[in-house]
Amino acid sequence: MSAEAVRPELLTDVLSRARARGATEADGFLIEEQHFSASVRLGQVDTVKHSREQRLSLRVFAGKASAAASTSDLSRASLERVVDEATALARVTAEDPHAGLPDPAELITAVPDLELEETASGEEPTPEAKVELARRAEAAALESDPRIGNSEGAEYWDRRARYVYATSHGFARGYATTAFGLSVSPVASAGGEMQRDYWYSAVRHRAALEEPAAIGRTAARRALRRLGGRKVKTTEVPIVFDPDTAASLVRSIAGAASGPGLYRRASFLLDRLGKRIAAPSVTIVDDGLIPRALGSRPFDGEGLATRSTVLVGEGVLESYLLDSYSGRKLGLRSTHHASRDGAGVGVSTTNLILRPGPTPPEDLIRSVKSGLYVTELIGFGVNGVTGDYSRGAVGLWIENGELTYPVEEVTVAGNLLEMFGAIEGIGNDLVMRDRTVSPTLLVGRMVVAGN
Amino acid sequence: MNDLARTSPEHFFSDRFNVTPSLMERLLGGSLAGRVDDADIYLEYRVNEELVLEEGVVKKASRHVSQGAGVRAQAETRTGYAHTDDISLANLEEAARQARAIADRASTSGVLVVPGRGRAHDLYTLAEPPIVTALDRKLDLLRKIDAAARAADPRIAQVIASVASEEIVMLIATASGWTIGDVRPLTRLNVTVIAEENGKREIGAWGGGGRVPFDFFLEGERWTRFANEAARQAILKLRSVDAPAGTMTVVLGPGWPGILLHEAIGHGLEGDFNRKGVSAFAGRLGQKVASELVTVVDDGTIPNRRGSLNVDDEGTPTGRTVLIENGVLTAYMQDRLNARLMKMTPTGNGRRESYAHPPMPRMTNTFMLAGQDDPEEIIRSVPNGLYAVTFGGGQVDITSGKFVFSASEAYLIENGRVTAPVKGATLIGNGPDALTRVSRVGHDLALDEGVGTCGKDGQSVPVGVGLPTIRIDGMTVGGTQV
Repeated sequence: MSAEAVRPELLTDVLSRARARGATEADGFLIEEQHFSASVRLGQVDTVKHSREQRLSLRVFAGKASAAASTSDLSRASLERVVDEATALARVTAEDPHAGLPDPAELITAVPDLELEETASGEEPTPEAKVELARRAEAAALESDPRIGNSEGAEYWDRRARYVYATSHGFARGYATTAFGLSVSPVASAGGEMQRDYWYSAVRHRAALEEPAAIGRTAARRALRRLGGRKVKTTEVPIVFDPDTAASLVRSIAGAASGPGLYRRASFLLDRLGKRIAAPSVTIVDDGLIPRALGSRPFDGEGLATRSTVLVGEGVLESYLLDSYSGRKLGLRSTHHASRDGAGVGVSTTNLILRPGPTPPEDLIRSVKSGLYVTELIGFGVNGVTGDYSRGAVGLWIENGELTYPVEEVTVAGNLLEMFGAIEGIGNDLVMRDRTVSPTLLVGRMVVAGN
Repeated sequence: MNDLARTSPEHFFSDRFNVTPSLMERLLGGSLAGRVDDADIYLEYRVNEELVLEEGVVKKASRHVSQGAGVRAQAETRTGYAHTDDISLANLEEAARQARAIADRASTSGVLVVPGRGRAHDLYTLAEPPIVTALDRKLDLLRKIDAAARAADPRIAQVIASVASEEIVMLIATASGWTIGDVRPLTRLNVTVIAEENGKREIGAWGGGGRVPFDFFLEGERWTRFANEAARQAILKLRSVDAPAGTMTVVLGPGWPGILLHEAIGHGLEGDFNRKGVSAFAGRLGQKVASELVTVVDDGTIPNRRGSLNVDDEGTPTGRTVLIENGVLTAYMQDRLNARLMKMTPTGNGRRESYAHPPMPRMTNTFMLAGQDDPEEIIRSVPNGLYAVTFGGGQVDITSGKFVFSASEAYLIENGRVTAPVKGATLIGNGPDALTRVSRVGHDLALDEGVGTCGKDGQSVPVGVGLPTIRIDGMTVGGTQV
């Protein structure tokens, strides 16, 4: 997509119209994106998708009352209708003393270049070349072991997007991103049993994509190690979370630290600011300014400059994650974490990182006499109000410090505050491979339910 | 939103976008005919509205419009899909060209499959669709719900109530030369409360809806029940004890616990996973996969239900598919692609989240038929176990068959009697095995209130579930009390 495809004036015209219709102030986000994906299964092309999408989302204020609207129809008639409907809606909602745009003086002035868009010269690879990447990744999985005889396929995807944010005070800034991904889901089978797993790479610049064959081999290894999975006896033991499952725990902490849940008093981190919520070895930061990182953005959904925020510092809850509204509700300031979607403004993290510790992951496993190494979690058993935690788990049993047989059809349960308080070891194996990342974590004790 | 759905889908798209059925057919014919096994164009126009009350007032209101077209071409197992949110002839032609590129490497048959067209149902024609109901009435109801939930118990500290309404107009043209449209209303009312006592906080939620008018919530003061139920859930949890951990007998109550079926067997019986041989149920048609007390159907034809459709998103009329009959696996759920490749009949289960997604086999309303047993007698038959009546979400690994679903309201059963409420816990089982352990089936089949949303491959669609009271012997409960 070329830069001229973006039409900031479309947005500024809409905001002017909102003012003309009686809105006291308004802001909006315009997203235009182009997406391609190709999947291959057992060497054959399966599905190829192309798309071009655009969406304009608008928030209008009538004094201290507000409403949101969005549309994917950017025709003049449609945009006029959206403005009219939003201003009409704002007249029926109640006044809220905390409503409003951020102070215009606080909006970002210079947009930093975080290298989120690949602008490399050279030709765009053909669809066939992209399909070939998926084919190679899957082939590597299939060739790596005779027990990998089937596959749910491999997928290559890319996305180019442009974002513009504007306010009725005359502010308008934008940025562009690219993203590329490759994933494989092989199926291992033996003795009538089947096990699926996957692996992926996702990056901002194409050249950084992990080698297709390496992705395929990792996916195959993950599926193979699940073969022969069994339940274990119900017990209370130390749990080692691999980096991917550990990252899901970090996401739960960020969710509980997010403004909307806090002002609704629906979070187990309520009234915990400045207090210890995790072992002293735990530091979690949200850093939106890392060049080329998947979660980076130069400014948030309200035009406020992205920062690096210490969420948890040496076990102490140092900050919440707030947009302007939830900040005002809590008597605090925005932490520049506003996100924007069709439904209006919310809160989202950028690059959320649990900082690595000194210990190789093998040593964490070796320190466990009897316990569970968790490689996958399923289900929705996390209560954000109490922190109570109970999810389905897949992994490997640890016996005398060694990984032994695969485990499945068990749950791990506890409470997130107790789990973070009981972190006894943090791996040195942090890899920035997604928006939320963690090294391997050792949690002292949790209940594993099985037989 | 008076411009919506007052006309037929055909007129709607020709008036608004100048896209007529004959133009769509010409596009399919010119671009796609003779080179593919199947092809279609899907047009969609959707309006969503949501009003949210919190802290006693409605502060959030939003309205969203989305529109677009998806063009699909298929040859053998290959699918080309292109979509655009700018419905114009030029864009449709470009999308058709891109979709065809995938199928261009010559299909073997070169013959278009002609699915039996059948008649579309008429399951949810409403005199007043919820999207057109006046805002005042919706706002007024939310305020009454807030008052009712707070009045239910002094410990209720927060009330969040929302009413969401949607209307989708869709039109599909297939390469077999026919077009079919549908207008789909949908609404949902949700009540979430936070109860506080001595520094302890708990959440309770209840809701419901369907392809029904707004007045559905007023019938028999349904809204009052939702408000009271949300409050009751939160208060109950304030005094809940730790859930047990380990394998035990579990009794599931009627209605929403039918999510068990959705996770344990539903996804595993979707045609795509079985064609690819990656489902734990692949190749098991005709085999016993459940106790003979168990008959499970997927029925997209129940009037006004959240999971119902007049036609699926490929234009095939929905049906009632018996998946398991007296314990024996009898059918998979199919879209056109997988039916063609498996030489089966499409069952009206080809669904998509929106024009931006190609269809795949999905559930509609999935439930177990009623049995003979008295529900109370089923509970009395259990010396010690768990009685679970309300659930949150669930998930399944269709390849290994392992599934989970999380109880949000459950009680201990001690000596055949329901005793202490327990904290939420995840239940885990193995799909091909779980239903063989069903030893009692009650006569009290109930469908859920109309809140279910199912996710697959990043696509969400509304669904329904249902269950009578059942007893399962030996299920793992993921609590913390060893």
